[in-house]
Amino acid sequence: MNTDLPLLLPAYPEIWLAAMACLVLVVDLFVPERRRTGIAYALSLLALGGCAFLTIGATQATGGRSAYTFGDMFVADLMADVLKLLTYLSVALCFVYSRRYLADRGMLRGEYFVLALFAMLGMMVMISANHLLVLYLGLELMSLCLYTLVALNRDSAVSTEAAMKYFVLGALASGLLLYGMSMLYGATATLNIEQMAQLIAAGKANQAVLVFGLVFVVAGLSFKLGVVPFHMWIPDVYDGAPNAMTLFIGTAPKLAAFAMAMRLLVNGLLDLAVDWQQMLGILAVLSLALGNLAAIAQSNIKRMLAYSTIAHMGFMLLGLLAGVVGGNRLSAPDAYSAAMFYSVVYVLMSLGAFGVVVLMSRAGFEADNIVDYKGLNQRSPWYALMMLLVMFSLAGVPPTVGFYAKLVVLDAVIKAGQIWLAVFAVIMSLIGAFYYLRVVKVMYFDEPQSTAPIESGLDMRVALSANGLAVLALGILPGPLLTLCLAAIRTVYPLGQ
Amino acid sequence: MTEPLTAPWLSLAIWIPILAGLVVMATGRDENARIARVLALVGAVAGFAVTIPLYTGFDLATSKMQFVELKPWIERFNIHYHLGVDGISVLFILLNSFITVLVVIAGWEVIQSRVSQYMAAFLIMSGLLNGSFSALDGALFYVFFEATLIPMYLIIGIWGGPNRVYAALKFFLYTLLGSLLMLVGFIYLYNQSGGSFAILDWHAVPLSRTAQILLFIGLFAAFSVKVPMWPVHTWLPDAHVEAPTGGSAVLAAILLKLGGYGFIRFSLPILPDAAAALAGFMIALSLVAIVYIALVTLVQADMKKLIAYSSISHMGFVTLGLFIFNAYGVEGALVQMISHGFVSAALFLCVGVMYDRMHSRLISDYGGVVNTMPKFAAFMMLFALANCGLPATSGFVGEFMVIMGAMQFNVWIAALAATILVFGAAYTLWMYKRVIYGAVANAHVGELEDINAREFLVLGLLAIAVLALGVYPKAFTEVMHASVNDLLKHVAAGKL
Repeated sequence: MNTDLPLLLPAYPEIWLAAMACLVLVVDLFVPERRRTGIAYALSLLALGGCAFLTIGATQATGGRSAYTFGDMFVADLMADVLKLLTYLSVALCFVYSRRYLADRGMLRGEYFVLALFAMLGMMVMISANHLLVLYLGLELMSLCLYTLVALNRDSAVSTEAAMKYFVLGALASGLLLYGMSMLYGATATLNIEQMAQLIAAGKANQAVLVFGLVFVVAGLSFKLGVVPFHMWIPDVYDGAPNAMTLFIGTAPKLAAFAMAMRLLVNGLLDLAVDWQQMLGILAVLSLALGNLAAIAQSNIKRMLAYSTIAHMGFMLLGLLAGVVGGNRLSAPDAYSAAMFYSVVYVLMSLGAFGVVVLMSRAGFEADNIVDYKGLNQRSPWYALMMLLVMFSLAGVPPTVGFYAKLVVLDAVIKAGQIWLAVFAVIMSLIGAFYYLRVVKVMYFDEPQSTAPIESGLDMRVALSANGLAVLALGILPGPLLTLCLAAIRTVYPLGQ
Repeated sequence: MTEPLTAPWLSLAIWIPILAGLVVMATGRDENARIARVLALVGAVAGFAVTIPLYTGFDLATSKMQFVELKPWIERFNIHYHLGVDGISVLFILLNSFITVLVVIAGWEVIQSRVSQYMAAFLIMSGLLNGSFSALDGALFYVFFEATLIPMYLIIGIWGGPNRVYAALKFFLYTLLGSLLMLVGFIYLYNQSGGSFAILDWHAVPLSRTAQILLFIGLFAAFSVKVPMWPVHTWLPDAHVEAPTGGSAVLAAILLKLGGYGFIRFSLPILPDAAAALAGFMIALSLVAIVYIALVTLVQADMKKLIAYSSISHMGFVTLGLFIFNAYGVEGALVQMISHGFVSAALFLCVGVMYDRMHSRLISDYGGVVNTMPKFAAFMMLFALANCGLPATSGFVGEFMVIMGAMQFNVWIAALAATILVFGAAYTLWMYKRVIYGAVANAHVGELEDINAREFLVLGLLAIAVLALGVYPKAFTEVMHASVNDLLKHVAAGKL
């Protein structure tokens, strides 16, 4: 522990955010009606900016070394800092993209910002957890807020149904995860993740109980990642939730889910890698196959993107399962950083794609169907170009960043000697290309059905353009982000030793 | 020798067209179409101008890479921005930049909707293709190679014919499947070579026979689709028929050449033993393409489809030349690719000239065009004869060299390959006769106007190129000698 640093320094961003979220809640009660949303919006962005400032400050203070607090239950390493910064960015973009959409539908109220901020707090706790219960706490804080966000439009039967599904299945998954955690506790008599790893490495844990617990942990994790066969909720929730909520659910929580996988499987259970890599292998293959094949049949763009998420998370798992080869951990940082890069890039692309969906939805009109994008190139060449970049990136076509995401993961898989898995993954990507191309097709090759102008605020236009161009710019210069991911993963507990 | 390298010519050849394309795209809607056209022409001409020093400054004596540019790009993977050309690749860059100028001129009046996007797509594609031909880093090559799919997909899909969506999608998915398998191969090579994406390093990587054969299959998937070889050629007739004239010209003249180029740059030197082991298979596929596809060509009723099938047949000659492993064969294949670049582009533009007037590509809708379009008929005659390989046109040189090479290899293969001279003459001249000669077939043909100055310029430039290459091929072959001999030495030595 760093005695020369303030005790709570690693948790400053979380503390600030909790305070700010409460402030938004209170301000919302006392400010007059007409200025309410503007102030909540500004305060929320301020909260995110403050978080970024504090996180960067904390990183500089620790010099990138892991810093612990709350009795070692909470860790801030470089991976946590990087993922948190990207989470702030992602949530900020969600706020900017959603503002007009929510205002048109009367949902832009303090509750939205408070719930989103608390959900983000949950994600941050998950990212920094070094203790099974802290992890669980973060997960539940995030999940409960997300369930509520989906149901925020309480007069909509579809949204309420989606929220119910999400809640019931989510609660089941949390139960599985908690059961698995209790098994791990039973086998090692500790809830601290790093201590657990040390005990397992020393051979002091009951192997049978550990593996039994591991199965449940992986199942719970798979639900949160949304990989087959724990994917059932994804299409229904993505489809049923208001577009702005789909945007929120489909982006930042993926970073938190990746962090959860890292904390549980790598920080805690790296010695069981042989076991969980096999499980992830099956999950990845099934997700790639089902996600890509089912997406072809969708005519609803949100459902299509939902199945595409499943396929992408399957691809990301390929990175996680390529770390340990025959007991050799040398290429583990490469493989896990590939998975991290993939997650980050996926979130960026997902923000762009759902951002356009939100943009296209006007008052009283949800741009849910792929045909709603017909002739977008003639209505707005610029947004069509942004969507084109995002779609080609999702398909993994260079010179967009999606290509490098696939490249790093495939490299890890091939380095691990699993060439046929790589071949399977690329053939599934080919199938994936088909439905992304279809979106490009309707935007560029078809005549527009509607000539309604596409209206948006300046903040949205700038943010969405930056988002689309980032997909291209990172594709031309992916070096710094790749290096950053590798450096971040190298600080994670057993890999940094 | 002229003054040695004074500017990064290769980078300029890549980035001038791409930047010009972005500027053209920024002119936006069709009210600014005139500005877009002029800017596109300026960009294309500038892009061609910077490739001329590549030829005039080319050192004929060495087989080493010239005009090399090397900068680190993605350090995590040891990927470099590594450009360079040798005798094999330099001509393709000139060809590509030249054809781009013609395509821009050819689309001047024909394209009336979304002009800026059309011109931008061609310019960006031109830059990307130059990148593919000059990349010396496997990852960089892959990026350029794949990125060309995006503009071509849009060109076919937006400005194409009635069945354009199907054709564009088929083109994209076919090519993507091949190149994704190639990507797996590249990553494998990267790991085998101890973490290097440099193509020249890969030439020296030791590989077992099994690994070579598997890699060969992976690369074969990418390049055979591009060439295209029988039986993965079915995307080509669709894409050609549906694409706008300019798209067909670039597709036939340049994009197909990426396949042949890939075999020379990757498959042969990196996997010499697999290439030798599978040569019989490759030759067999090439002969099927030459003979069977030639027969298919004979019965086509659509002129564009006919030229498309004729391209497949001619590209069969290229793959045949490459896999008989002698200097005549490989140089002949290269000459054939360059020549086919000019001839196929010219023929597609000729069909485009007629289509713009008649809105039909069916042979049966024409007849007696010579009566109303004599100048056009003369040009088309030249290109048709070049397509059948008449001496003194470019078509003859490549075919003759490949047949010579095949003769050294096996007389029966040479005999089968030589049937292209008969079939080529049959389908090309028969089409020419039905379209151009005879009495005026209908009132529409009777009202045709001969080519205007713009079309005359385009076809005239191509005619000069076709004749120059036919009369004085040494200007092209002398560039290739050193590199081809070095390649063959490398292939003969093997890796086992």
